[in-house]
Amino acid sequence: MNRYPLWKYVIVALALLFGLVYTLPNFFGESPAVQVSSAKATLKIDEKTRERVARVLQTAGIESNGIFLDSNGVKVRLQTTDSQLQAKDLLEKQFNPDAGDPQYVVALNLLSSSPRWLTSLHALPMYLGLDLRGGVHFLLQVDMKGALTKRLDSISGDLRSLLRDKTVRHAGITREGDRVVIRFRDNETRNKARVVLEDSQSDLLLVDQGEGDDLRLVATLKPEAIKRIQEFAIKQNMTTLNNRINELGVAEPVIAQQGADRIVVQLPGVQDTAKAKDILGRTATLEIRMVEETAGALEAAQAGQVPFGTELYVERGGMPLLVKKQVVLTGDRLTDAQPGFDNQTNEPAVHLTLDSAGARIFKDVTRDNVGKRMAIVLIEKGKGEVVTAPVIRAEIGGGRVQISGRMSTMEANDTALLLRAGSLAAPMEIIEERTIGPSLGADNIQKGFQSTMWGFAAIAVFMIAYYQLFGLVSVIALASNLLFLVALLSLLQATLTLPGIAAIALTLGMAIDANVLINERIREELRNGSSPQAAIHTGYERAFGTILDSNITTLIAGIALLIFGSGPVRGFAVVHCLGILTSLFSAVVVSRAMINLIYGRRRKVESLAIGQVWKPANVGAAEIK
Amino acid sequence: MEFFRIRKDIPFMRHAVVFNVISLLTFLLAVFFLFSRGLHLSVEFTGGTLIEINYAQAANLEKVRESLGKAGYSDFSVQNFGSSQDVLIRLPLKAEQNTARIGESVMQALDAEAPGATLRRVEFVGPQVGRELAENGALALLLVVVGIVVYLAFRFEWRFSVSAIIANLHDVIIILGFFAFFQWEFSLSVLAAVLAVLGYSVNESVVVFDRVRETFRKVRGLTTPQVLDHAITSTISRTIITHGSTQMMVLSMLVFGGETLYYFSLALTIGICFGIYSSVLVASPLVMWLGVSREQFIRPKKQIEGANEDGAVV
Repeated sequence: MNRYPLWKYVIVALALLFGLVYTLPNFFGESPAVQVSSAKATLKIDEKTRERVARVLQTAGIESNGIFLDSNGVKVRLQTTDSQLQAKDLLEKQFNPDAGDPQYVVALNLLSSSPRWLTSLHALPMYLGLDLRGGVHFLLQVDMKGALTKRLDSISGDLRSLLRDKTVRHAGITREGDRVVIRFRDNETRNKARVVLEDSQSDLLLVDQGEGDDLRLVATLKPEAIKRIQEFAIKQNMTTLNNRINELGVAEPVIAQQGADRIVVQLPGVQDTAKAKDILGRTATLEIRMVEETAGALEAAQAGQVPFGTELYVERGGMPLLVKKQVVLTGDRLTDAQPGFDNQTNEPAVHLTLDSAGARIFKDVTRDNVGKRMAIVLIEKGKGEVVTAPVIRAEIGGGRVQISGRMSTMEANDTALLLRAGSLAAPMEIIEERTIGPSLGADNIQKGFQSTMWGFAAIAVFMIAYYQLFGLVSVIALASNLLFLVALLSLLQATLTLPGIAAIALTLGMAIDANVLINERIREELRNGSSPQAAIHTGYERAFGTILDSNITTLIAGIALLIFGSGPVRGFAVVHCLGILTSLFSAVVVSRAMINLIYGRRRKVESLAIGQVWKPANVGAAEIK
Repeated sequence: MEFFRIRKDIPFMRHAVVFNVISLLTFLLAVFFLFSRGLHLSVEFTGGTLIEINYAQAANLEKVRESLGKAGYSDFSVQNFGSSQDVLIRLPLKAEQNTARIGESVMQALDAEAPGATLRRVEFVGPQVGRELAENGALALLLVVVGIVVYLAFRFEWRFSVSAIIANLHDVIIILGFFAFFQWEFSLSVLAAVLAVLGYSVNESVVVFDRVRETFRKVRGLTTPQVLDHAITSTISRTIITHGSTQMMVLSMLVFGGETLYYFSLALTIGICFGIYSSVLVASPLVMWLGVSREQFIRPKKQIEGANEDGAVV
C-alpha cells in the first residue's frame, strides 16, 4: 500500500530536476558588463550594431567574454570592472561623438555568468528588487486636474483662432474652471458659432446660456474625451520620462503605470542619485506667452500695480518682465528641443520643433507680432520662470523655430533640456521616493541569506534528532521546497525583495508544519497499535485533510496581502503565496515518495525509524523503536 | 525522543473560564494602550522622509542633531539604527520643502558639522500614499477575516469559524497593543507579519477543530468538553513542535535579519506565542459555549424507510 506507481516517481524526479536547473543560475553570480541601447525610437539596434561594438573593442584591445544582442540592446560581458569602465568610456566616445545629442545609451550593467545552455532555457537568476541591489525608486502622481485645465486652456486658444478664421465675431473667450465660456452679442452669431464648433470640435459639449445682450455658449469636455485626455497625459508623461532617463544611461530602467494616475520609476544600480532626482524631479510645464511692452506698464507693475491680464516674472538673467496671462502655445505642442548653432552667425542656438497645430498658431502669432518679444515660461510647482524671451524677427512658418543670440553653448544646452523637460502633458509630483545605496543592498542580501540559513539549520537539527529517519525525510522535503520556490521565482522573474527573503524564511518555518503533522500522526497510529506500513498509510492519509485546510487559510491571508499590498508587502505576499503552493507538493508528495522508496518496497517492516514512540503503560504493549 | 507523554486527556475545558478571562484582560489592556498611546507609525504611513547614513566610526548623534538644527530643520528625530555607526534621521512632512533634494541638503548640512557620513538610503513618502496604505491595510484585514470565516464555515460549521476568527483577531489586537505599549515602529512589513500570523494561527485552530470533528464522528459517549479536551491533548505535541520550528526560523531572522527585519520578526514572535494560546485555549471554549454538539457532524439518517435514491416516496 505504500508504493507509488512509476509515473508519480517520475513526476517527483522531473520536478526536482526542474527545480535544480532553474535554481542553478543563482549560484553563478554576475559579471561586469556594458550595455549599448538606443536613445531614439527611430534608431534600431541590430546585428550591425553588435558587429560595430565588437570591432571597437577589438581595435582597442579590450578582451570581452562574449557580446550578445537581445531586446534591450547589445551587451558585452567583461572580465574585470576595470575593463568594464574602459569599455564604457570607449564605446561612449565612439557611439556618441556629439555629447550634446546622444544617439545611444551606453550604460554599466551586470550580467549573469551562468553558462549559455542555462540562459537558452530561460533559466535566469532571481530578479532582485531595489532594496537588494541598490538604486532609486520613485512614485509619481500625475496631476489629472492640471492636465484637463491645460487642455481646456489650449482649446480656448484653438476656439479663438477657429472663430477668427471663420469670421465669427464673439465678445470674448475665457476658461472658467472646467468650462470654456464664449460670449456673444446676438443670437444669430451664436448659432453660427455653434455650427462651426460642432463641425470641428467633436470633444466638446455645447450648451446655450444667458439672455439679452449677454449670450453665452458654454463648452465642456465630453466624458470620453476626458478619459482620453487622461490616458494620453499619462502615456505622454511616461514617454517624456523615458527620454529623460535615457540621458542618465541606466541599464534596466523600469517605467510603469500604476493605477489610473501614477507612474513608477525604478532605476536599479544608479549611483548618481542626485542627478537622477534632478532630472526626474523637474516636474515642469511650458507655456509660450507674449510680453506686455506697453510703455510704463512694467514700471507700474514693479511699483505693485500689475496691469489686468498680465503677470510679473523674472527672466533667467534677473531682469523683470511683464508677461500676458493669455497662453499662445503650451508645451505639448512642442515635439522637440535641441541645442545647436545658428547656420549663418554660428552662434549657439536652440532649435524647437512644433506639431502642426502648434506651427499654425505660431505662424499667426509671429506674423502679427514682428518686432515684439515672446516669453517662454517654465512653470514648476505653480511658480513660473521665464526661460528666455526672444524678439520675433520675422514670421515663422513650418513649425521649426530657432532661438539664438546672447547665449553660451552651455546656456543653449540648459535651455534645450528645460524645454524638453517642459513637454510633459500634465504636471507630476513625486509622492514616494526610495534611494538605496549599493552597500545597503549587499548587506540586505547577506542578512536575508543568513537568517534563512541558520533558521533552516536549526529546524533540520531538531527534526532529525526528534524524528530520526522521518525527520531527515522531512528536512529533505523542506529543502526541495526551498529549491522549488527559488526555481519558480527565477522562472517567473518575480522581483525578490528583503521582505520576499523574509517570506521565504517564514514559509519554510511554516511548511515544516505539514511534516510535523504527518510524523505525529504516524507515531499516533503506531501508539494505537497499527502495523508500521498501515501507520504510514493512514498517517499520510489523515494528515492530508488537515494540511490542506491549514494551508488554505494561510493562503487566504496571502492572497489578501497580494491584492491590497503595495511595495514591500506585495514582495512578501508573492513569495508567501508561491511558497504555500510549493510546500503542499513537497511536504506531501516528495516526502511520501521518499518514504515509499525506503519502506514501501520491503516485504516486512519491523519498525519505523521515527524516533521513540512512547505508549502509556496501561496499554501494555512494548515500546516500538 | 518524545517530549509529550500524556496518559490522560488534560482537562483544559475545566479551566475554560480562566483562560478566557486572562485573554480578555490582555485584550482590554492592548485596546487601552492602543487608545492611550497609539501606534508609532512608520514614515510609510505618516508621510515624511527617512534618511539612513553610515559613519566609518561611531556616530556622534549630538553633532548630527546640531547640524540639522542649524540647517533649519525642525521636529526631526536622530537615532542609531542597528549599530553605533548607522544613524537614522526622520524628518516630518513639510509642504514647502523640495522633496527631491532633501537627501542632498541633509548631507550638505551634515558635512559641515559631522563629516564623513555616507548616504545609505533615503525614503520619502507623500501624504496621499500613507492614507491609502492604511485603507488598503484595513481592506486586506477585512478580506482575510471574511475569507477565513467563509472557508471555515464551509469546511466545518459556523460555530468553528466564528470562534476561530474571534480568537485570532484578538491576537492581532494584542500584537498591536504590544507595538503601542513599547512604541515600536509599526511599518508595512509589520502589517504583513500581522496578517501572515492571522492566517497562520487560524490554521492552528483548524488542526484542533479537525480533531474535534473526527472525535465526534468516531467516538461515542463523550461529552462536548471531553471531546475538546481529547482533541487538544492529542494535537498538543504537534502544536508545540510546529510552533517551535517556526519560532526557530523567526528567531533566526530576529538575530541575523538586521534592523529592517527586526520588528517584522518581533511581530511574528508575539503572534506565534499568543497564537498558540488563543487558537487552542480561547477558540475551543468559544466553540463549546456556542453550543457545538455531536449531532452537527453526523449525517442524519434517512427518516423514511423505503424511499428510493431520489428521496421520492410513493
